[in-house]
Amino acid sequence: MSQEEKIKQELINRFSYLENIIKIQRPRRMSAEIDYNNFTEILDYAVKQLKFIHLCTITGLDEQDKLGFIYHLAQDSGVLFNLKTSVFKQNPEIKSVMPYFAGAEIYERELVDLLGVKVEGLPVGNRYPLTDDWPTDQFPLRKDWKPSSDK
Amino acid sequence: MHKPEPDKFKIPVGPQHPALKEPEGFSVALKGEKIMGLEIRLGYNHRGIEKACEERTYIQDLYLIERVCGICSHSHSTCFVQAVEEIAAVEVPKRALYIRTLIGELERVHSHLLWLGVAGHEIGFDTLLMYAWRDREIVMDLLALITGNRVNYGMNTIGGVRRDISKEQAEEVLKGINILEERTKYYIEIATQETTIIKRLSGVGIISHEDALKLDAVGPTARASGVNRDVRYNDPYAAYGEITFNVITDTHNDVYGRTLVRVKELMESYQIIRQCLKKIPDGPILTKVPRKIPIGEATSRYEAPRGEDVHYVKSNGSEKPERVKIRAPTLANIQAVKHMLKDRFLADMPIVIAAIDPCFSCTDRSVSLENPGDRNKEIMTWHALRTYSIEWYKKQGIDFTELNNNLKNKLERR
Repeated sequence: MSQEEKIKQELINRFSYLENIIKIQRPRRMSAEIDYNNFTEILDYAVKQLKFIHLCTITGLDEQDKLGFIYHLAQDSGVLFNLKTSVFKQNPEIKSVMPYFAGAEIYERELVDLLGVKVEGLPVGNRYPLTDDWPTDQFPLRKDWKPSSDK
Repeated sequence: MHKPEPDKFKIPVGPQHPALKEPEGFSVALKGEKIMGLEIRLGYNHRGIEKACEERTYIQDLYLIERVCGICSHSHSTCFVQAVEEIAAVEVPKRALYIRTLIGELERVHSHLLWLGVAGHEIGFDTLLMYAWRDREIVMDLLALITGNRVNYGMNTIGGVRRDISKEQAEEVLKGINILEERTKYYIEIATQETTIIKRLSGVGIISHEDALKLDAVGPTARASGVNRDVRYNDPYAAYGEITFNVITDTHNDVYGRTLVRVKELMESYQIIRQCLKKIPDGPILTKVPRKIPIGEATSRYEAPRGEDVHYVKSNGSEKPERVKIRAPTLANIQAVKHMLKDRFLADMPIVIAAIDPCFSCTDRSVSLENPGDRNKEIMTWHALRTYSIEWYKKQGIDFTELNNNLKNKLERR
């Protein structure tokens, strides 16, 4: 059994609802698209039990009525697990993963600025990467946002 | 603005500051000479490259992404094409993979030598700067010989590389590498024996093994704290799976350790380059890929000179990507700087920041957005920019109007 198969099996043993959800794209690449309600327990298990101790980054996506988030988690073995989840675009809010990855702060600030999601548990601090006088209702990475032609 | 706190004195370093090579803002809380806290403001180089990628074709994006960073341009373009090729299920010819690896290592050599010079300069050892940068010209010439460019090599394309490497070029590379190897041995000698370097760098900018792991530091910054992580080894791409090399780590946890890791990595790079040239198979260098990329997504990782570079690409079946996400290594490392500087002296700041080998244009993913209606029209005129800055300073309570008027009167009276 390959290391990816093993990880998949361990995840399914612990969370039976992941049965048909976990995909292995190629050696060292796995992914799962999950409901946000299950996110914390799966992340907790992946970090603490399966040793996905490195957060490469968080990718934010605009998916019409939802905002998607991919947490790119890596093991030292080289396996990358893309844990994907999403929340509705109306009043979007997610929890900070800083308790697991202290380095996630800047990635989460980026989600706040560019996609307009509220991140609960993010400490007060400078915004990133937009300027301080950037309008608070303009989120450049949303699909309906277009750079204006005359300024 | 910042609230005054008793016993602490806050000074701004940047966004424009002689000690910084690129714009980034640090607000340093000092007690005497000691740094009590540090606030970092990034984003001054943000010009919206990820958004721009969504509005261009994959091939156009390739050129855009190559310009994310001037130093590790090949890293970003390789990382991007790898993701696109994975989605399109393209088999890239082996020869192309070896050429990518070769250029990648030459790039690492030039980047590490550049860093060595900068580090020498930051600690007032300008002889080292002159030596390192003189030697760096050898590798710059090799890159120009193979690719035609000193930076932004334009080697990668989706499905392979754009230029082949000839036998004569390979011989030139070997000759250059031999000289550089001798020079690097000398630098290792300097780094391990020269008292000035050892004393100035030891114990400066400490980040423990645990903190480096916790803060997700990458590249030489992490490896100097004993984190045995290198994408080339852990998650091999291009031709790295067929090449043997050592992952250099160190346990000094400080700037001195980061120096050792980088100079020793240079030696490994020379070995990788030699193996590449020896093992490179004959054959085509490019597989044709249709302009439209099928629906899918892929995450690509690449060990850039500064550490792990991550690109995520999502396609929608058209010739333009749905989403391109770039995470450059400096963004992962900048978090560690806060820890490195806590309770240290202000005078250590330039070298500690330089020691992560920061690249803020990578971090902020820069490219200027042209005015689509009128390409010649500046987005903000010089006059408008000046007026804006005067108003901005006025809001901060700094008003030069009276001073300017006095000066004007004085000049008129003459």
